[in-house]
Amino acid sequence: MDISTTKDTPLPSTPPPPAAEEKRAARGATRPGDRIFLGLSRGSGIFLLVIMAAIAVFLSYRAVLAISQDEGNFFTTFEWNPTGNPPVFGIAVLAFGTIVSSVIAMAIAVPVAVGIALFITHYAPRKLGGPIAYVVDLLAAVPSIVYGLWGALVLVPQLDGLYGWLNDYLGWTGVFEWQGGAPRSMLTVGILLAIMILPIITNVSREVFRQVPRMHEEAALALGATRWEVIRMAVLPFGRSGVISASMLGLGRALGETMAVAMVLSSSFEINLSLLDPGGGTFAQNIASKFSEATEMGRDALIASGLVLFVITLLVNGAARLIIARRKEFSGANA
Amino acid sequence: MAKRIDVSGLNAYYGSFRAIEDISMTVEPRTVTAFIGPSGCGKSTFLRTLNRMHEVTPGGRVEGKVMLDDEDLYGAGVDPVSVRREVGMVFQRPNPFPTMSIYDNVAAGLKLVGTKKKSEMDDVVEKSLRGANLWNEVKDRLGKPGSGLSGGQQQRLCIARAIAVEPKVLLMDEPCSALDPISTLAIEDLIGELKERFTIVIVTHNMQQAARVSDRTAFFNLAAVGQPGKLIEVDDTERIFSNPSVQATEDYISGRFG
Repeated sequence: MDISTTKDTPLPSTPPPPAAEEKRAARGATRPGDRIFLGLSRGSGIFLLVIMAAIAVFLSYRAVLAISQDEGNFFTTFEWNPTGNPPVFGIAVLAFGTIVSSVIAMAIAVPVAVGIALFITHYAPRKLGGPIAYVVDLLAAVPSIVYGLWGALVLVPQLDGLYGWLNDYLGWTGVFEWQGGAPRSMLTVGILLAIMILPIITNVSREVFRQVPRMHEEAALALGATRWEVIRMAVLPFGRSGVISASMLGLGRALGETMAVAMVLSSSFEINLSLLDPGGGTFAQNIASKFSEATEMGRDALIASGLVLFVITLLVNGAARLIIARRKEFSGANA
Repeated sequence: MAKRIDVSGLNAYYGSFRAIEDISMTVEPRTVTAFIGPSGCGKSTFLRTLNRMHEVTPGGRVEGKVMLDDEDLYGAGVDPVSVRREVGMVFQRPNPFPTMSIYDNVAAGLKLVGTKKKSEMDDVVEKSLRGANLWNEVKDRLGKPGSGLSGGQQQRLCIARAIAVEPKVLLMDEPCSALDPISTLAIEDLIGELKERFTIVIVTHNMQQAARVSDRTAFFNLAAVGQPGKLIEVDDTERIFSNPSVQATEDYISGRFG
């Protein structure tokens, strides 16, 4: 019996906790390279904050100028006439249109993007996954004006059938009621935006799903999980916060998209409860279509609407961060 | 409940590379069998053929027969998913699901089998955690994430998760190699208790551990790097460590090579 020659793995010895001054020395940059890099990275961070503050100050200043002259209620008026006497304008229609079109876009794009990402990372054979990922990347490189052209010239003429079908089966809800006008409505905008934000959500989700540790998938497999159950137990929960971040990037683009919306939407200053009737508008589209002909006062009014979009974006991002932070200890980041 | 494993003529491949060659052996129910051998000798690969995990590796392929009592795991029409529900596995690095609480980790397998009732689930979770000697340490924080536990606790959580579904066989792939000696001892004690209910196969690099926990020991070796691993001999642990019948076994356990 000779087993004493084998060795147990030695335990790594833990170093004693450093004293306070040692800690400070370790943290402070003492070498030139460290100092330069610290300065650069800190400078970049501060630069970002300065830009954000500058934008906020600019928007607020001009917005206040405009809103102080607004004779209507800035938040509830269904009208945009900043050059009238008295000037009357409000963002209700724009806020409604922006949010509705973005919600439609997200509702379509997020499930499809997650599906594509899962297919590329977990289902497709490697020979197929690569090309698909490449095509998705290409979609991201198409300029939005091209999406707008395609939307106006190709997509819009194709939608009569879909609109008719929705009206037949879901028209009773009111939301999908169609009067038969050209399909240049919020639904069309939402569909086009969904296609535009699909690549970014897909790409980020794909990277997150790819990073799911193999050992977690094997843990699920060893318990007798099917492929779908592995995805449900190990992949989706691990990727959850990443998918939320990805969706926020997509939402940011949808909220701010300008030209494509302006090209497919037949805009008006009214709120349609039906998604299929033309009309309505979004912040970015309204700014784009009115800016070039606007007077000083008109521009300030548009800037005021831009400020609201800015605030909406901030709120949405803040909400997303809250959702992610709430389940932080279960995120898998500490595994 | 525990079942006998009977392997005959088993070969496993990664693509065209044969990793293990022509293995035949029997593992009796309610015993602990240790696999020892140098790195690359195919003992982990062999272990993973016993619950059809080898084939989830790209290029992984198996030829031969693995009988679990009278069921051929590689028979035509056998679903690997149901094989893995009968043959549980514990991995080298503790891998509780980081997105789940301690409770949900243990219940994960039960949910797959379709246990719905909360009270039933509570019972099994408690029983499994007790079975893994972890209950007293975690009973007050079942809702906390499993990844917050220490390494040794995480590994026992993984054992609890594996035994919750009442497998017939429990495979352990170097379950203590990432753990400190105290945690290792806890797992070894646990193995001694679990063998009353399960057939246990454990891969280990630590020969003292093999000597401590196992009833039977199988020694694997490979002729050279790039050659397939082979089963050299399998015998009662006591005999392997005192008077093995093959010279290579003696050389290995006495530290003359490997």
